[in-house]
Amino acid sequence: MKKLLVANRGEIALRVIRAAEELGIPTVAVYSDADEQARHVSVATEAVHIGPAPAAQSYLNTDAILSAAKRSNADSLHPGYGFLSENADFARRCEAEGICFVGPSPSAISLMGDKAAARETAAAAGVPIVPGTLNGIESPSEAEDAARRIGFPLLIKAAAGGGGRGIRIANAMGELADQVVAAQTEARASFGDDTVYLEKFIDCARHVEVQIFGDGRQTVHLFERECSLQRRRQKLIEEALAPNLPPDVRCGLTAAAVALSDAVDYEGAGTVEFLFDPATNEFFFIEMNTRIQVEHPVTEFICGLDLVREQLRQAQGLPLSFSQSDVQPRGASIEMRINAEDPANNFMPSPGTISDFELPLGPGVRISTPVKAGSQVSPFYDSLIAKIIVWDVDRMAALSRARRAMRELCIKGVTTTASLISALLSTDEVNTGRYDTGFVERWLGAQEKGSDQ
Amino acid sequence: MAYEIKSPIPGIFYRKPSPESDPFVEVGSAVETSTVICLIEVMKTFHEVRSGASGTIASIEVDDEEMVDAGQVIATLEPDDSGN
Repeated sequence: MKKLLVANRGEIALRVIRAAEELGIPTVAVYSDADEQARHVSVATEAVHIGPAPAAQSYLNTDAILSAAKRSNADSLHPGYGFLSENADFARRCEAEGICFVGPSPSAISLMGDKAAARETAAAAGVPIVPGTLNGIESPSEAEDAARRIGFPLLIKAAAGGGGRGIRIANAMGELADQVVAAQTEARASFGDDTVYLEKFIDCARHVEVQIFGDGRQTVHLFERECSLQRRRQKLIEEALAPNLPPDVRCGLTAAAVALSDAVDYEGAGTVEFLFDPATNEFFFIEMNTRIQVEHPVTEFICGLDLVREQLRQAQGLPLSFSQSDVQPRGASIEMRINAEDPANNFMPSPGTISDFELPLGPGVRISTPVKAGSQVSPFYDSLIAKIIVWDVDRMAALSRARRAMRELCIKGVTTTASLISALLSTDEVNTGRYDTGFVERWLGAQEKGSDQ
Repeated sequence: MAYEIKSPIPGIFYRKPSPESDPFVEVGSAVETSTVICLIEVMKTFHEVRSGASGTIASIEVDDEEMVDAGQVIATLEPDDSGN
């Protein structure tokens, strides 16, 4: 690897550039009109302008990005998360152009990217899947036949979806047909593919995901992350390890994640997502993400390793720098996502200029942010402006450190989710580690009711 | 006097719910207070902008997929004269 182009922006671009610089690999940043002053541009070895602010014309513009790689003589490309990271055609094009794509093979990306095919693969590998349809649904009448077998409520999911997008719920047979048609329309518009499938909706479930890493010789798991603190399927706070997870469930989850990865000859960093039902101790595969994830730092903290560095090593054909028996989780880590959104106004995005920006410091606090005081938060991209990640010797200490860090945080000029994150960290549910994916929305509903009285 | 429909947020203005759909409204369309006029995309989320008054669309001030600022006028309408 002589030179790495980082095909992303924001905190993840910085994260990748830093890892490459530490390995002595020169980096090329790419930027749109909106990001001329961005931090990832100034810290990279060099930078190439790739187009106007809208992502479709810049960070999603494969021609512009490949031409930037050619012009700068980059021999490798890291896609980060989002944008082109799970675009198998793009990975194939990189390969054809002689550029090393830092990630799994295009075939693994496309197999896992088709969520219906991924379910089928998981089932064949002996991994439990959420009861539902094994293949895509073509018509509302086919959906109704399947729904009789699955039961209600159920979810209608876009096969090409992911990241919590392209999902609809049907509570009864009467609304199924309309929801299937709506889901197909939405899927066609958002993903260019109207294949949908059905899954039973499991109430009060937890979202637990396993980090895996394969290097072509061995597949190791790096234990799990608990990601149930979410709103509208967008994660707010993540932690590792998952609290109150029975040891035999942990063994089952991690073994299932490795089995699925081996079934697709997975190379690189990946995440296998599961629903865990605490009432029955059952777990079910939902999807596999074939990229580095936003919340990867909590795994790095408890395992004491650098996943992006391992990605860059793996892309060069080097073996993993550790084996399964070396991975001994220690302590507890929590990530808090600070988004430029207004929790008091239905999470309306709040772009603008940051006037004050004071970050927490001190032991066990890691920050990943692309902004500083004076930065513009652009309306064109996602609303994540900072990740605050803490580690401490056990979960109670980590929670205390998380609350302390949030008290130190001060952002002015744009409205953020910081107040909500702080409030959640003080709830009994979070402190006892007894929450499910519906908790945040129930809690928000109760707050709203309380303030109306 | 023409009533101005403004974008509450900065973002990208879309006249259609999806690329292959018809526009929400055209000049001359009759609208109710709650009629959706456009979508504004900001930070990867889509927000509906509603008319806010009933009447007839008199002009659309922004081209499809153009950037708008918070408070920018995106359309005007001739209110129903029922109040007179």
